[in-house]
Amino acid sequence: MKQTLNLAMLGAALASSLPALAQDPVRIGFITTLSTPAGYLGEDARDAFRLAMDQEGGKLGGVPVELVVEDDGLQPAKGKQIIDRMSLDGISLYTGVMFSNVLAAVVNGATQGDSFYISTNAAPSNLAGEQCKQNYFAASYQNDVPHEMAGVAANDLGYKKMVILAPNYQAGRDALAGFKRTFKGEVTEIYTKLNQLDFSVELARIRSLNPDAVFQFHPGGAGINFAKQYGGAGLSKTIPMVVPVFSMDERMLAATGNVAEGVNVVSGWNPQSDNPANQAFVKAFTEKYNRAPTMYAAQGYDTARLIGSALKATNGDLKNPDALRNALREARFDSVRGDFRFGSNQHAVIDWHLLKVQPGADGKLTEVPVKTIAKAQVDSYAAKCPL
Amino acid sequence: MLLLEQLLNGLQYSALLFLLASGLTLIFGIMGVINLAHGAFYMVGAFSAAYTAVATGSFWLGGLAALAGSAFYGLVIETGIIRRLYNRDHLDQVLATLAVVFFTNELITLLFGRSPPAMPTPDWYNAFVEVLPGLMYPVSRLLFIAVGLLVALGMWLLINHTRLGMLIRAGADDHEMVGALGVNISRLYTLVFVFGCVLCGLAGFMAAPLLSVEIGMGEKVLITTFVVIVVGGVGSVRGALVGALLIGMVDSLGRAYVPPLLDQLLPAEVSGTLSAGLLSASAYIVMALVLLVRPRGLLPARA
Repeated sequence: MKQTLNLAMLGAALASSLPALAQDPVRIGFITTLSTPAGYLGEDARDAFRLAMDQEGGKLGGVPVELVVEDDGLQPAKGKQIIDRMSLDGISLYTGVMFSNVLAAVVNGATQGDSFYISTNAAPSNLAGEQCKQNYFAASYQNDVPHEMAGVAANDLGYKKMVILAPNYQAGRDALAGFKRTFKGEVTEIYTKLNQLDFSVELARIRSLNPDAVFQFHPGGAGINFAKQYGGAGLSKTIPMVVPVFSMDERMLAATGNVAEGVNVVSGWNPQSDNPANQAFVKAFTEKYNRAPTMYAAQGYDTARLIGSALKATNGDLKNPDALRNALREARFDSVRGDFRFGSNQHAVIDWHLLKVQPGADGKLTEVPVKTIAKAQVDSYAAKCPL
Repeated sequence: MLLLEQLLNGLQYSALLFLLASGLTLIFGIMGVINLAHGAFYMVGAFSAAYTAVATGSFWLGGLAALAGSAFYGLVIETGIIRRLYNRDHLDQVLATLAVVFFTNELITLLFGRSPPAMPTPDWYNAFVEVLPGLMYPVSRLLFIAVGLLVALGMWLLINHTRLGMLIRAGADDHEMVGALGVNISRLYTLVFVFGCVLCGLAGFMAAPLLSVEIGMGEKVLITTFVVIVVGGVGSVRGALVGALLIGMVDSLGRAYVPPLLDQLLPAEVSGTLSAGLLSASAYIVMALVLLVRPRGLLPARA
């Protein structure tokens, strides 16, 4: 009995070490944040990625794929464990990380040797500049760009004096630095606490400073709190807000309620953009999951289709990293974000839009496109990347 | 004028902390249970309030649902889990109540999904009142302060002037003796636990229109709540009140005045990070200072 079992295991081991046959699915490691209050980010990215697969009947670019999803719980250490386990398991194509701190722990393992990492969201500056990696792609954006674009939007809107706020941690400081890089007026910086619940004190300071507008970077629950209290303090009627999409995505908008009306949102994805890929995506996502997609979903979908384009070009062969890399660089797919290409540092070069929170056709608040802020925006670090 | 507004902001934050800390400190002081799941009842209250208010369109029904929901969940958890922990050591209690936190988060996710709901509010709630000439303050926050004060007053009356309060005080001192006198200790504990949960539910209802109603909202505020009861003296409701006021005020006034002050004293690049760091740690700095002078907290339960 024991011998047959051993034999069976030996057989299984042999079978798994054989070169992948054409019908074997390509396994993609999807490490993302599904628990914690930020869990909806990963949920949206994962669901959109699966949508792309389902639309092809479990394939991407005609190649059968298997998605291995794991929750990092927004903990870098856990992300590291997952990547170690997955690479031992023989996975060599990864995506899905939502947060920069988790990505920092995952990225080395995920790009080691012939492994590839394609970011659906987080794209910290160090990986965009001197330390860019040939097997690392950011299909989303570069972290600083949304904030730089918010600075441009604030210039365009004619604001001269602004109060800018962010929590005191790396991404928060980067956000304010990015905004200041492009904003030409005068700013007062206020750092909030990470996980701060109540912003009444900051709101009172904002009122006493009386700026033309406010820029704030508070993703997730903190951003909902901020917007609710901003409206509750009566400020939304007198001092407009300019925020990157992280501070007011569609789900946060639903949680904030009517007080978010009038907020200026800067995003790399325009939910109403009339390119056919986007129209089809929004329709399919809403039908399948019964909710409106967020930017995280749009980026997850784009990433899936980008991977599909590369798998198609290489026939699903992950053993030839140069061919795969070249295919990824070409990015032959119709992005839901319109024109899409990779810059020299393999970060997405896309258009940026100004949206405004207004009642949509059905009377419910939604993010209505106002104008395009910048076309094909290259990030500030691309020139330093030696690739 | 700005100072007065910031004092009100501090009072409002203190009220939230007090609603959470008073229940937590009672549960620890009387039953000796370290309850890491205390924030979970706050979340249950907030979700019950938001969903009921959306479904019925009534703000007050939302409030009722918050109290009922947190009381019911508290009863289930106490009789199902907490009851078995009274005579176990603190490590077991920490592990078990932490498990309750995870369980509750998953339960709420399954029931309501991950999207934070919006709590609808009536117009009067969103209005402003002229507290002093020239100082308009939101009704919502004034209401929060008023509820905090009423609960503080109510708890003082309950503990010092009722038979139940007498049993609570006696039970805290020597629960075996109270049991020997023929009081049903187990029922008393359940009552106290559920009472703490109802206070959480009330806090959740008050916070739902102001803060985001989301999975894990309880954990965010729980650490500060623990700081409050340590500063005030574990097990003491008066201590919880003083601790909540101290932490709430230090937090609000610190955020209001430390950054501008440091900006004047130090170069901009140093002052920004220094003040941000100081403020992030303010509650812990206060706690450390208090414990240096009064190792058992400002107003310990038993002197």
